[in-house]
Amino acid sequence: MPKDDLKTAYRLVGTRPNRPDGLDKVTGRARYGADISAPGMLHAAVVRSPHAHARIIRIDASKALALDGVKAVITRADFPTGLTGEDWNLQENTLAGDVALYDGHAVAAVAATSKLLAQDAARLVEVEYEVLPHVIDVDAAMQPDAPVIRAGTADHSVPEGMHPNVVKYIEFGHGDLEAGFAEADLVRAQSYKTEATHQGYIEPHACLGQMGADGKGEMWVCTQGQWYIRRMCSAVLGTEASQLRVTPSEIGGGFGGKTTIFMEPLALALSRKAGGRPVKLVMSRAEVLRATGPTASASMDVKMGMKVDGTITAASVNFRMQGGAFIGSSPVGEALSCALACYTVPAVFHQGYEVLANRPKAAAYRAPGSPMAAFAVESLLDEMCHELGLDPLAVRLKNAAREGAKASYGPTYNRIGLVETLEATMAHANLKVPLGPNQGRGAAAGFWFNHGGETSVSLAIGEDGTVTVSVGTPDVGGSRASLGMMTAETLGIAYESVRVNIVETGALGVNEPTHGSRATFASGLAAVEAAKQAIAQMCARAAAEWGIDAEAVEWLDGAAVPAGPNAGKFPPMSIAEIGAKMGSTGGPISGHHEVTAGGVGASFGAHVVDVEVDPETGRTTVLRYLVVQDAGRAIHPAYVEGQYQGGAVQGIGWALNEEYVYGADGRLQNAVFLDYRIPVASDLPMIDTVIVEVPNPGHPYGVRGVGETGITPPLPALANAIAAATGVRLRSLPMSPPKVLAAIKANARG
Amino acid sequence: MSKIHVSTTVNGDAVEFLADPRDTLLDCLRDQLGLTGTKEGCGTGDCGACSVQLDGVLVCSCLVLGAEAEGKTVATVEGLSNGPDLHPLQRKFIEHAALQCGFCTPGILVAANALLTQNPDPTEVEVRYWLAGNLCRCTGYDKIIRAVMDAGAEMRGTH
Ligand code: FES
Ligand code: FES
Repeated sequence: MPKDDLKTAYRLVGTRPNRPDGLDKVTGRARYGADISAPGMLHAAVVRSPHAHARIIRIDASKALALDGVKAVITRADFPTGLTGEDWNLQENTLAGDVALYDGHAVAAVAATSKLLAQDAARLVEVEYEVLPHVIDVDAAMQPDAPVIRAGTADHSVPEGMHPNVVKYIEFGHGDLEAGFAEADLVRAQSYKTEATHQGYIEPHACLGQMGADGKGEMWVCTQGQWYIRRMCSAVLGTEASQLRVTPSEIGGGFGGKTTIFMEPLALALSRKAGGRPVKLVMSRAEVLRATGPTASASMDVKMGMKVDGTITAASVNFRMQGGAFIGSSPVGEALSCALACYTVPAVFHQGYEVLANRPKAAAYRAPGSPMAAFAVESLLDEMCHELGLDPLAVRLKNAAREGAKASYGPTYNRIGLVETLEATMAHANLKVPLGPNQGRGAAAGFWFNHGGETSVSLAIGEDGTVTVSVGTPDVGGSRASLGMMTAETLGIAYESVRVNIVETGALGVNEPTHGSRATFASGLAAVEAAKQAIAQMCARAAAEWGIDAEAVEWLDGAAVPAGPNAGKFPPMSIAEIGAKMGSTGGPISGHHEVTAGGVGASFGAHVVDVEVDPETGRTTVLRYLVVQDAGRAIHPAYVEGQYQGGAVQGIGWALNEEYVYGADGRLQNAVFLDYRIPVASDLPMIDTVIVEVPNPGHPYGVRGVGETGITPPLPALANAIAAATGVRLRSLPMSPPKVLAAIKANARG
Repeated sequence: MSKIHVSTTVNGDAVEFLADPRDTLLDCLRDQLGLTGTKEGCGTGDCGACSVQLDGVLVCSCLVLGAEAEGKTVATVEGLSNGPDLHPLQRKFIEHAALQCGFCTPGILVAANALLTQNPDPTEVEVRYWLAGNLCRCTGYDKIIRAVMDAGAEMRGTH
């Protein structure tokens, strides 16, 4: 639909009704991963490697099996062999084969009649290891003397002569880089590092799985994607996908980290071995931090050329990222593509290396790769603006990507809203607040592609004219509300007359997870199309009843009406009347839509933060925080704001506190929330938001998707603010008090 | 190890259960009594998802043994509403969109209720420090703080 056809006034879209699952969630009734039990249920516990890298010599489970109530112990020997590619990675990460690849890597699992018994039994499983040399840091893993994690993993892209830990190389660009730098008045190059962080969802991974010897199984699991769980578990276990029925629980946060499997196949394999008894497996927080998807750590070089008027003439980036001991797990490709996506630069060149390290297999985390890239690029941009005496936001606006421009990563942008976003940012009152001593203001822009993906939605008209919508994208933060609103808007009925259910794998065609900011975009698009199908059927039923052509009936405010005076004079036939009569007018009325959703609208945001840095302690206090982002269209603005605020605060944590801390022995030293410190309420001010709406022409209501971009700008915005407050530039995250203090002191010594 | 017989009062109801000496109150609430509204986010006293009131005192139920509940009164999120009538905090959390995934919500509601009981008119800073032991990874706390302040205002009758 051309964008000018997008209506701007809606009955429901843009309002803030209560979410349909709110009551369950404030009364404690909503059931999450660990909240159900089954008759005859066993409990599982996992034996994990205490070493960063170690050959497994022997596993002896005899003492565990001798305990009364222990029903099964599994090792890798209980899994099929011969898997390749990512399936092998998933299997290897689920349970180590010959070698444990990181501290916390699972090596065996136990099922017993109680949780405590399973834990006791896990401690009795004897594992003999031969400890191997390990490497944790991404730069160290590329050095000639680094231990080889798995020879032969590298793909053909890697240039000859590199260390075997370098497993993938990517390069792309356009324009004449040398000419671009020659044309610049100022050329600067800097290096940056970011540490791994964890998604930090408060709900640990949990599942209840059952599988019989016939390979038929069921699973209840907290996940962003029930079909991904089905496919991955089946691949790892060597069973058939359609024989496994996966039901998603309510999900206690995911942020990308629950789009894959970690321990789910263990529950199924234990169940199979224990004669088909259901097995419940719930991770501890330490297991979550040690063995589930952190993000990658990164080491990055950026070079940029700028004219005195702020025009960016050329830019090049060279990123090295480790995503654990498995190829394909780091988001280096995404990081490269996002790095310069906010700007139209005549000459760009990107190079990236994926490197193995003895760390857990990285999983997606909100705009994977983009925050690190933004930290490097937006920090350098800010430095250069200050060197040239230019306003950094004005420079961003001057170079901003626009409709029709060629993106740094290749395609041509359709209608995007970065210019409107930057203009709204520059006009915001927060920018006029005067700053005091030790205070500084920093800004940054951010980008995420957004994603459509495989989507299947089904909608059925009830006997009373109310409507059920079945969707396959778990609700991570209010999507039932936005999907219900769009469906009701399209059908012209009350929001309360629609029930949106998140359904199991047997109930719909394959759906990708809730990832890539796609739930409201793609399931929304499909729900609207399904509603339109149902409308067409309801118009046809009315037409038959009235004895006129179906084309002579249209749908208005929840009822079929004659289209114009020539169609005849009939009173409107409401959805309730049509629903009540459907048995005798042709049978059930439903709508379906199956699509690999295209028409994705790219997402841009800009953040401005004011900080105060205590020169005595190096502690940074966030005084004021502003998020401005293009939503395309905010279906339920409160949940859009929530995504902006939540993303920003995760970014604040990444910038200021959060990091994986490893000892010299390669063990993770901060696997509890006390030491892996995510932001708490007293760390923060209110998070101000502005929703810009430049409708996405690829969606019936203009939706772009809002989940991810918000985590991207905080990293550089805080670095820029700290630089403004202290005169000291930090190029490595986190900017924790000791690091900031050391930098201030080094600067004072000159 | 033999189990300990525990008699206690949960949300006003007299209940009994058998606890392993190592079972936490959180384990007993969830696994013995089926009160799964109280959540486990860490098991180490760091996230507040397991918040309950024990004899009126706000505690992390993951740091209390089940056996310690003997003869005491326990209040969980399931006891917050009065039949079908939601507690003002519960209503305000829905109205303000103060939950995304909702996993932190039970603990935060219990903690906020304890705050408003002893300090009916807290400042924003007081709410932020009181809730500093309750982690929320989804919301950035903004709407949570607003919902608590608004519930406090309604309960004081200043609306
Ligand atoms: S589960 Fe008790 S504080 Fe986290
Ligand atoms: S709403 Fe998800 S942790 Fe708070």
